[in-house]
Amino acid sequence: MFILNAPVEKSIELENKIYLLQVRCPEITSDVRPGQFLNVRVSESMYPLLRRPFSVCDVDDEHLYLMFNILGEGTKILARKHKDETIDIIGPLGNGFNLEGEFDTAVIVAGGLGAAPFPFFTRMIKDHKKILTFIGGRSHKDIITYGMQNISIATEDGSLGLKGNVIHLLQQNLEQLKSNRIKIFSCGPTGMLRALKDFTIKNNFDCEVSTECAMACGFGICQGCPIESTEHPDKYHLVCKDGPVFNVKDVLL
Amino acid sequence: MSKVDLSVQVGPLKFRNPIMLASGTVGYGNEIAEFTDLNKIGGIVTKSLSLKPRKGNPPQRIVETPSGMLNAIGLANVGVEQFLKEKIPFLKKYDVPLICNIAASTVEEYVECTRILTQEDSITAFEINVSCPNVKEGGLQFGNDVAAVAKITEKVKSVSTKPIIIKLSPNVSYISGFAKAVKESGGDAVSAINTLVGTSFNIFTKKPKIHNVNGGLSGPAIKPVALAKVLEIRKEVDIPIIGIGGIMDWKDVIEFMIVGASAIQLGTLNFINPSAAGQILTELENYCNNFGITKLSDVTGSYII
Ligand SMILES: Cc1cc2nc3c(=O)[nH]c(=O)nc-3n(C[C@H](O)[C@H](O)[C@H](O)COP(=O)(O)OP(=O)(O)OC[C@H]3O[C@@H](n4cnc5c(N)ncnc54)[C@H](O)[C@@H]3O)c2cc1C
Ligand SMILES: Cc1cc2nc3c(=O)[nH]c(=O)nc-3n(C[C@H](O)[C@H](O)[C@H](O)COP(=O)(O)O)c2cc1C
Ligand code: FES
Repeated sequence: MFILNAPVEKSIELENKIYLLQVRCPEITSDVRPGQFLNVRVSESMYPLLRRPFSVCDVDDEHLYLMFNILGEGTKILARKHKDETIDIIGPLGNGFNLEGEFDTAVIVAGGLGAAPFPFFTRMIKDHKKILTFIGGRSHKDIITYGMQNISIATEDGSLGLKGNVIHLLQQNLEQLKSNRIKIFSCGPTGMLRALKDFTIKNNFDCEVSTECAMACGFGICQGCPIESTEHPDKYHLVCKDGPVFNVKDVLL
Repeated sequence: MSKVDLSVQVGPLKFRNPIMLASGTVGYGNEIAEFTDLNKIGGIVTKSLSLKPRKGNPPQRIVETPSGMLNAIGLANVGVEQFLKEKIPFLKKYDVPLICNIAASTVEEYVECTRILTQEDSITAFEINVSCPNVKEGGLQFGNDVAAVAKITEKVKSVSTKPIIIKLSPNVSYISGFAKAVKESGGDAVSAINTLVGTSFNIFTKKPKIHNVNGGLSGPAIKPVALAKVLEIRKEVDIPIIGIGGIMDWKDVIEFMIVGASAIQLGTLNFINPSAAGQILTELENYCNNFGITKLSDVTGSYII
């Protein structure tokens, strides 16, 4: 785990209000795994006060890439960063996806900005496993395909791909999924993860999900990020330290 | 450069410097130890311990506010027994005064926790939390009642020879009345302050952002309140004070000492900059050198009004 000032090298707008930030951070690139995240201080001032968590979207030898959309003040400031400004990063944090195991096809299920961790994931796994990617969003404007392969799309308004949600899309491809030894990896809104949990349990698919929660510290000292555990109902897991990636069976969504 | 004496005395307790880490903002030390050398700081205060483990409140537990944050963790902790078995061995590896913070729902539970923990040699002192706004029973009910605070102090004191610090609530009209009760009941020092009661609502859903509705406000937003409470105690009662509330840098440390704090605790800052304690120590030394201060503790209570 590092705490350091990383220089911004580039910030590009991928889509309307969706940004990709490139920062130089060789200390972390050699250490980080897909599904892990960084806790970023967007400004030195007292406002916004807390760090903001972001998945590691991709890495190359020297750089980390973050993908984010503008939601509030923190992401607005981050989007305005330009070359040679620095951002203060704590990372790599949390547990990433488990890429080992008895599957030959990695099935990615992403909802909206839940796409963020998967370019890195795809890069790490594409030489060893087959990849099927299913992306869902409200409309075509919410679909981010950056850095991904073998993509099928669903939109709720029907403006791109199947009209419906990403679970409908999986249902439609059920035969293909069942004919492979698959493992599902997902990130997206909690409602989607909940529906995915039902789907994977019904069809007996192994599935890991990346969860989200408001965070203060990001590394286990504030207890601010509980998630209900199925195995230990008497205590919570912490999203930042025990997650953010969990086997879907281990958490109540 | 001359060597500055950073050591401070808090009643019977001597610390190598005034920088401690506040309860609930450092867990049980292991995670923060990756960023801050625990062998250098003044002391570490553990997360509030209760007799039995507590699961804590459901999410959402925290929300950011202007220059602050609200939390309603609900005193999630491993309980006294597991603390002794699983957490103490790590903390023992460090040469740092260990202050155990205790929270309870009844006077008997405070006493029982203290009685059990006091047998552990590596614990230096106790900080009694009578002021947590985030639990239904106990918590603020005690912190708002002078007689209850007096009784808890007296009873806890009677089962331990170790120094007892009472952590006071700012959610009262006159905090000095509580500090006075602590002093008269044999308490060794007070910590001021715990968090202020606050809330925050989503204007679109009209629902509270925190599941518990209310939370405890901390961070730079509360610093002026905390300073005023420390000053009030300093003026009214002769008892050592540990200052807490919105400390973000060395200048805030000095400000707290000027109004009367003998030592301070860093809280929310640990989330934002977990290496802050070490950096502040270096800067305090520079400040003393620049202003010809040979003994930092001379700053305590040096206000001019
Ligand atoms: C482990 C983890 C990884 C994340 N990875 C990414 C990522 O790769 N890309 C990305 O764009 N975002 C990611 N997020 C979410 C990101 O942290 C928030 O978008 C960001 O904190 C918003 O900051 P802000 O100051 O702009 O908004 P704020 O002013 O804090 O909030 C603006 C609005 O957004 C809502 N909001 C804030 N945080 C979240 C959240 N975590 N989920 C849903 N709504 C939220 C608030 O309730 C509010 O309505 C991640 C979160 C976690 C916990
Ligand atoms: C997330 C969080 C959890 C806390 N938990 C405790 C606790 O368990 N016991 C306690 O006495 N104080 C607790 N506090 C209060 C702090 O110790 C401190 O008194 C308060 O946050 C004010 O200081 P600050 O503004 O520097 O954070 C907690 C504070 C925060 C932010
Ligand atoms: S965010 Fe602080 S413990 Fe998880």
